[in-house]
Amino acid sequence: MALDDRKTDFTFVGTRPNRPDGLDKVTGRAKFGADMSAPGMLHGAILRSPHAHARIVKIDTSKAEALKDVKAVVTRADFADVPFKPGLAGEFWNVLENVMAGEKALYDGHAVAAVAATSALAARDALKLIEVEYEVLPHVTDVDKAMAPDAPVIREGAADYSVPEGMHPNVVRYHESGHGDVDAGFAEADLVLEDSFVTEATHQGYIEPHACLGLLGNDGKGELWCTTQGHWIAQKTCAALLGIETSQLRVTASEIGGGFGGKTTVFIEPVALALSRKANRPVKLVMTRSEVFRATGPTASASMDIKIGMKKDGTITAARGEFRLQGGAFPGAPGDMTAMCAFAAYNLTNVKQIGYDVMANRPKQAAYRAPGAPMGAFAVESVIDEMCNKLGLDPIEVRLKNAAHEGTKASYGPRYERIGLVETLEAAKAHPHYSAPLKPGQGRGVSCGFWFNHGGETSVTLALSEDGSAQLMVGTPDIGGSRASMALMAAEVLGIPYENIRVTVADTATLGYNDVSHGSRVTYASGLATIKAARHAVEKLCERAAAKWDIPVEAVKWENGCAVPSGPNAGDFDPMPLADITAKMGRTGGPISGHFEATPEGAGVSFGTHIVDAEVDPETGKTTITRYTVIQDAGKAIHPTYVEGQFQGGAAQGIGWALNEEYIYGEDGRLQNSIFLDYRIPVASDLPMIDTVIVEVPNPGHPFGVRGVGETGIVPPLAAIANAVSNAAGVRMKQLPMSPPRILAALKDNG
Amino acid sequence: MSKLHVTTTVNGDEVDFLCDPRETLLDCLRDKLNLTGAKEGCGTGDCGACSVTVDGRLVCSCLMLGAEAEGKTIETVEGIADGDVLHPLQQKFIEHAALQCGICTPGILVAAKSLLEKNPNPTEEETRYWLAGNLCRCTGYDKIIRAVMETAEELREAS
Repeated sequence: MALDDRKTDFTFVGTRPNRPDGLDKVTGRAKFGADMSAPGMLHGAILRSPHAHARIVKIDTSKAEALKDVKAVVTRADFADVPFKPGLAGEFWNVLENVMAGEKALYDGHAVAAVAATSALAARDALKLIEVEYEVLPHVTDVDKAMAPDAPVIREGAADYSVPEGMHPNVVRYHESGHGDVDAGFAEADLVLEDSFVTEATHQGYIEPHACLGLLGNDGKGELWCTTQGHWIAQKTCAALLGIETSQLRVTASEIGGGFGGKTTVFIEPVALALSRKANRPVKLVMTRSEVFRATGPTASASMDIKIGMKKDGTITAARGEFRLQGGAFPGAPGDMTAMCAFAAYNLTNVKQIGYDVMANRPKQAAYRAPGAPMGAFAVESVIDEMCNKLGLDPIEVRLKNAAHEGTKASYGPRYERIGLVETLEAAKAHPHYSAPLKPGQGRGVSCGFWFNHGGETSVTLALSEDGSAQLMVGTPDIGGSRASMALMAAEVLGIPYENIRVTVADTATLGYNDVSHGSRVTYASGLATIKAARHAVEKLCERAAAKWDIPVEAVKWENGCAVPSGPNAGDFDPMPLADITAKMGRTGGPISGHFEATPEGAGVSFGTHIVDAEVDPETGKTTITRYTVIQDAGKAIHPTYVEGQFQGGAAQGIGWALNEEYIYGEDGRLQNSIFLDYRIPVASDLPMIDTVIVEVPNPGHPFGVRGVGETGIVPPLAAIANAVSNAAGVRMKQLPMSPPRILAALKDNG
Repeated sequence: MSKLHVTTTVNGDEVDFLCDPRETLLDCLRDKLNLTGAKEGCGTGDCGACSVTVDGRLVCSCLMLGAEAEGKTIETVEGIADGDVLHPLQQKFIEHAALQCGICTPGILVAAKSLLEKNPNPTEEETRYWLAGNLCRCTGYDKIIRAVMETAEELREAS
């Protein structure tokens, strides 16, 4: 997009109006996934495997089916016969296998059967009557053990073409990239540091469990209401898994109570539809929290080796990383993403990164905010911090010295367009936080972070009403206030007040395909489509004015919500407001709408820099975060308050990941901490205020300069906190979470 | 199992329902009375999304049985506003963007209102500890704490 096409002066964009769904959400009337019901509705419940790995010898559902309250029981036989393919090419099969086990239960919590009954209690009671005969198999849950020669094989033939010969069948995808000659680079270095790091799986921890209400008839037509980040992917996947036509299933997205990547696929939705088809009644399914932890996607766990060479002045001469990610019993762990993001913040002559996607007996991993990137940043930025300490260099100066900028060949291949990393580092250096004195026992850490951002398939329609108001239909579920940003962007183009625009997340029957709300794409891609749809409507408004004035349409421009004669006709007529044109539109050519659909490609990568102060109690090993500052490039903040909210939320999740949160498996392969009491996410009293600085280096790929902001904010925290804790404790922490026992053990080992 | 007949007062209205002895107050509010403002985030009293007050006391409605509501006075998020006039906390939460997805908001509003009734001048630390039973995964709590503290200040000035 040409630069002169880009707007820099704004009337509505950059203001902070109240969100349109605010009233519903503070009064309790907003309808989330579990808040919907239907006439004749049944309640579903799912029976889950207690074993980490077991052959399903027999399932006897007869006793459950004999109960008068039970109206349907389903097992894998009630789903379509989806073909198996290796790697991610077989994703429909992978999702089906995860939704309902086939020949084997592959992890603790894997669904094996489901019932629909007249009440939720009756459904749960009926589960106890289903008899499953298992042949328990050896299991593995650790990534390094899952790659070892003696590891139990989870599924033969799951590896795709990318995996080199001779690797264990549990290694299912392989990635290698980079440029230059790393060995030559290491030879030039004054200091070479090599170290290994481990992170545990964490869960997205959305407060709303998965919930849906499905209705499917024997005519192959259905309706689905569900909490999801993407109802078109839910539509497509459910249709494939049930063997019906995609267009015959209408999916409506409820208000969504948090997703963070975890609601980008389906779990219970196909099960509710299968039960409904069998019972011929609507079926509601709601997960318990324990089901959410045991059977929905956490992140991958990771084991990583990093080697970096540096000159005495801080110049990085070479970098190499190996990233092994475990993503449950299915292909999909983002070892490739981890590898590609790990060194992306730096302008490197010699770099090489290798990523592994490894299967283990755990739930199928799902995306979690910049999937894969936080782990790699933790490892790389920890090594850089240690090298700064050893060479007596300032960590921000070293990052500035090596920072990627416009024209840099990225570690993962392409050359960067205009990016804002240097601006975030300069802002960090100048921030009062960076020069504030530390108390004894405290340490400070900094880290950079990178995320690609994403465009994705997008379709938006804007329709004008006779009274001059506008309704905007977008297809990306609103997970953090995006309806407000869409209305601001439409207001900017149309020149009518923000309040006069009603934004609706349309169902799958109302718009064309829309990709999921993920990849930090919503404000970028749906925003771009909104702007273009509004411009499309403006073209038609100008045509109507031109016809009325009997002048060429080229002689009409749109200013402040009015058609205005221009060029040779300037001043010939009074400006014609939008509402005057729409009032007569029925008689001047019919309804006026704007539409746009495309897969925008200019998402614009994003960088951030975080500063953290941490205090470590040497007696208990407990860490307190005493100060936190997030600095991130937003390109252009459409609604700055919600941009701040994304920064703060990402930091808070990062704090949980760094200090507390982890999946803990017992020797038996069962998840030990499947409730919020034991899987402890940060609570209000754990956190300080989280300061934010919005840097705006416009993205050339968006008409208003927007870069997505949702994901980058979780990339720096793990490393920034690890650096702060390591500096406070005087010992390098290499394993997350840095829970009190681990810190005490590290302090003890350090003498 | 035979059902129990429960009569109780919810947001000022006398209501009754039949419930299974195993059903929680949260189940009854949501499924029998169609008051779906209170949410089930965990069912184990850890997340606070189901917060309501019972005879003025803040409780997790997922930890109380529906049968125990007999003769009690219950307030939920649906009763916080005075008709179409929002409670200052509700107004401030919207203005401060103290919610992102909004699933925790009903519970946090009920808990925050309960805090301000007991302590009209809470410190930041007191506010953070009072709300420590209400999980929010989106906001990092920053804007929530600011909204509660600022509402407290305005209510003090107004009284």
